[in-house]
Amino acid sequence: MTFYADYTTGEPVADTKAPAGPVHERWDKRRFEAKLVNPANRRKHTVIVVGTGLAGGSAGATLAEQGYHVIQFCYQDSPRRAHSIAAQGGINAAKNYRNDGDSVHRLFYDTVKGGDFRARESNVHRLAQISVEIIDQCVAQGVPFAREYGGLLDTRSFGGVQVSRTFYARGQTGQQLLLGAYQALSRQIAAGNVELHARTEMLDLIVIDGRARGIVARDLITGKIDTYFADAVVLASGGYGNIFYLSTNAMNSNATAVWRAHRRGAYFANPCFTQIHPTCIPRTGDHQSKLTLMSESLRNDGRIWVPKAKGDTRPPHQIPEDERDYYLERIYPSFGNLVPRDIASRAAKNVCDEGRGVGPGGQGVYLDFADAIRRMGRKAVEAKYGNLFDMYQRITDEDPYEVPMRIYPAVHYTMGGLWVDYDLQTTVPGLFAIGEANFSDHGANRLGASALMQGLADGYFVLPATINDYLARNPRTDTVDAGHPVVQEVLAETEDRLNLLLSVDGDRTPDSFHRELGELMWEYCGMARTETGLRKALERIPQIREEFWRRIKVPGTGEEFNQSLEKANRIVDYLELAELMCLDALHRSESCGGHFREESQTPDGEAARKDDTFSYAAAWEFTGTGTAPVLHKEDLVFEYVHPTQRSYA
Amino acid sequence: MARTVWDSTVGKKTVMAVSGLVMLLYLIAHMIGNLKIFFGTEEFNHYAHWLRTVGEPFMHYEWTLWLIRVVLVVAVVAHATAAYQLSRRDLRARPSRYVHKKPRASYATRTMRWGGVILGLFIVWHLLDLTTGTVHSGGFESGKPYQNVVDTFSTWYGNAVYIVAMLALGLHIRHGFWSAAQTLGAGSRSRDRALKAVANVLALLLTAGFIAVPVGVMTGVVS
Amino acid sequence: MKLTLRVWRQKNADAEGAMSTYEVDGISPDMSFLEMLDTLNEELILKGEDPVAFDHDCREGICGACSLVINGDAHGPERTTTCQLHMRSFRDGDTIDIEPWRAAAFPVVKDLVVDRSAFDRIIQAGGYITAPTGAAPEAHATPVPKPDADFAFEHAECIGCGACVAACPNGAAMLFTSAKVNHLNVLPQGAPERETRVLDMVAQMDAEGFGGCTLAGECATACPKGIPLMSITNMNKEWLRATRKAGKR
Repeated sequence: MTFYADYTTGEPVADTKAPAGPVHERWDKRRFEAKLVNPANRRKHTVIVVGTGLAGGSAGATLAEQGYHVIQFCYQDSPRRAHSIAAQGGINAAKNYRNDGDSVHRLFYDTVKGGDFRARESNVHRLAQISVEIIDQCVAQGVPFAREYGGLLDTRSFGGVQVSRTFYARGQTGQQLLLGAYQALSRQIAAGNVELHARTEMLDLIVIDGRARGIVARDLITGKIDTYFADAVVLASGGYGNIFYLSTNAMNSNATAVWRAHRRGAYFANPCFTQIHPTCIPRTGDHQSKLTLMSESLRNDGRIWVPKAKGDTRPPHQIPEDERDYYLERIYPSFGNLVPRDIASRAAKNVCDEGRGVGPGGQGVYLDFADAIRRMGRKAVEAKYGNLFDMYQRITDEDPYEVPMRIYPAVHYTMGGLWVDYDLQTTVPGLFAIGEANFSDHGANRLGASALMQGLADGYFVLPATINDYLARNPRTDTVDAGHPVVQEVLAETEDRLNLLLSVDGDRTPDSFHRELGELMWEYCGMARTETGLRKALERIPQIREEFWRRIKVPGTGEEFNQSLEKANRIVDYLELAELMCLDALHRSESCGGHFREESQTPDGEAARKDDTFSYAAAWEFTGTGTAPVLHKEDLVFEYVHPTQRSYA
Repeated sequence: MARTVWDSTVGKKTVMAVSGLVMLLYLIAHMIGNLKIFFGTEEFNHYAHWLRTVGEPFMHYEWTLWLIRVVLVVAVVAHATAAYQLSRRDLRARPSRYVHKKPRASYATRTMRWGGVILGLFIVWHLLDLTTGTVHSGGFESGKPYQNVVDTFSTWYGNAVYIVAMLALGLHIRHGFWSAAQTLGAGSRSRDRALKAVANVLALLLTAGFIAVPVGVMTGVVS
Repeated sequence: MKLTLRVWRQKNADAEGAMSTYEVDGISPDMSFLEMLDTLNEELILKGEDPVAFDHDCREGICGACSLVINGDAHGPERTTTCQLHMRSFRDGDTIDIEPWRAAAFPVVKDLVVDRSAFDRIIQAGGYITAPTGAAPEAHATPVPKPDADFAFEHAECIGCGACVAACPNGAAMLFTSAKVNHLNVLPQGAPERETRVLDMVAQMDAEGFGGCTLAGECATACPKGIPLMSITNMNKEWLRATRKAGKR
């Protein structure tokens, strides 16, 4: 067996779909060049959409509106519960309603820069263009965005930018946008255009003659494993942050759909690009099952500080002003508390590593609203952040109006994902990936309020335009059914995997493995990474995997509602994906965005990119469990936003 | 439209609200009339007779009274039928109870159903007692309501039945009036306290006004 | 903390269910209620017993998946979702009863998990604004008065958890339905479908077998998002208005 770290480098991969020419004309050009499917023929085409979050929900609804027959899946009991619902802060759009100098080009620029120059210019520019339409679409659907007294939409500013372009619905923007998409989807379900399978989880991808033709999915209530067929498959299954066990993801968010697609031939790009969100509620003990985010919007008015002295255990109000270190304001005077997420997170880690952290275990920093309350009055603070404050109080039993909040970074989002071209198609023809499931638009770091923008851009506007081209160019030649030998094979593999999980009958629970893997990943592939650490992790992961298959205990049977079986099966995939993440992190010996290699930093501790060597997206090809994958590089060309060392000082 | 209303739970509640309000209006008039008993036999009996001549000469003798009776019967039947059907539905909607039981809602709310049944039975007894005289305790004499009333409230059970029913009526109105306002969409955040106050006052006045009569008889104020 | 749990166990939709008693020890007051159940489940798995099935996902009070009746209260003693309830709300030595939502329209799937797809069908009946992708006018074309926008938001906050149905003595879904009706009906964008929306949604609500409203107010007390009881009053008004208008056509 080859050591996993001994990967090989294959042919470069290139995005062949983005047209050349001025960046602002590319999307129009692509849409014009794309072949269309005659409206009358659309109902003959079936498209599978996996996931009902912002990307999946909006895609399913829009494809159905266009006349396609959509079969849609979600593991939740209702499409309305997809984890997009938990996004708090807002959604960016280059509307320039504030007249503060915003423009499509500036949003494009901010996003490329914020992503530390590891995103594709064409995609990001398209995202910025579409952002404007998204707001129109959502308002038309009845999304109750915050408004000013004149009845017009309100906006606020967010980390990493100096304009106010974030539209919001109190602290529940994700919820409101998701409900908008869910309602649009519901309309199509009622119209019979979408066939929804709730509580049904995709377990594998069916690829026939090199094209994605369907999926294997398990009905989580009856346990029945079934096959579903289509002319194209769209994965909108979200990110894989749950690999860290503790993250802000939903408990059941998982990587199975994308990982199974990867195993069937879809390249996985930049798996190590993980976003650690700076403002989460610190953990309280080993029982912790998940971490809760406090919206980044809090950094608009809250000030982050730690005591100047190490090991200062005085309660915050007893620490006089001149003994406090407002370290973000000190190090980054022009952006202050609003620096991008990766920078804010790392700064918090640094001060805690110095021994100046606060709260139990010293794993926290203060986010203080005393000044804001003095300046705006308690009422105004309450109106802006009331629900977040309530949530904080409920979880910590501390009143943030009186005592500063304690926050600490936590895994929040994964910029990496399935590699897709400009059309959002993966390397498996007919397989598309949208939203957080793909790697596309955020480079090495995502700006706040951009995930919602990307999910909806992909689902409402991009995919519905590009999928036509694939369907038109690949008219269906044969019908696939359950009797096809490939289908039989994939189905049998899935059943075998579940049966094996059930038959080991060992002495460790699924959660115990998940927790162990998560701790390992957080330690070695978290906020700061080193070659030694990553090599250690790469050595350890196969051992955990081996132990997993020896000692896992899954009670019950596969023919019933069995949440332990669901969990265990997801861990199987995490145990492989973890290895790829560490390898990707190891091979990328530069620091960029959320990926911080301690070996590569500037004298003052900032991330140091190595553009000469690493100005590419790393797309990995699967070769087998535990065997070294093949790296395909997609060179990134910057014609408009020239890479510079990011400076937020 | 009638079909839409009757087939819908919201519509049936509307029927209950409207019929309930009709009966409430009647009860207010009824209570005021009852209080005339404190002004002596003649005035009370005269008032009872007048009820039959209301609207004359346009209306014939007793026409108005019958008109009112018809409206009331329709209201009672509609109210009771809707209540019965809704209750059946509600019980079906919650087939199994929680193992851990907890008293819920206010007493008035929880007693709406049984209170309604008690009131329904009371109305039957009340009609047989003082309108037809079928189950009257003394010698019932049509046209002599004063004496009839005194007779009824001269028995312990007459008082007991009547007072219990009137307490049930108070509770029923207390939740019913406010509830009807919500059902008809007349409630609002700013109006809520006022509506609740009106419901309480109505409940109290009607209960007190009605109970005043048996109490009057018992204490000898009316004899 | 040491606790005695009495948990509703039911193998599947068709099986008979009953309360089973478990002891859990070493519970920290900082644990969430669901983390306490995780602890129990870890023990059950290792003992070779079937862990308790319960719905949960985001664990931050917004997805609406968690759905436990704790000591007779939907979502337990605090006004929040089950996942945001912490063990500090209980005392050492307490006995806690844990049951599923109970309503004919929410049949039990297993243990504490119920099927709430009836809610989805109510939304499908009209809980949307017909605005196909790409057809939207400029967002600022129609200003919405702030009070209306706030009113819409207040109702749009509903997370569809079903606590209102679980708490209602009649198993009614009026608060859920009214929240969506009010959210969309107050907005100018929702006006064209204002009448059909409320009529169709109420009809679907009835067809799902939910009970009728007796304005007991339990729903609003249990609602973790604070949807007010007045929401129902307002929907009644919308329904009557729509019925009158439909009658005139």
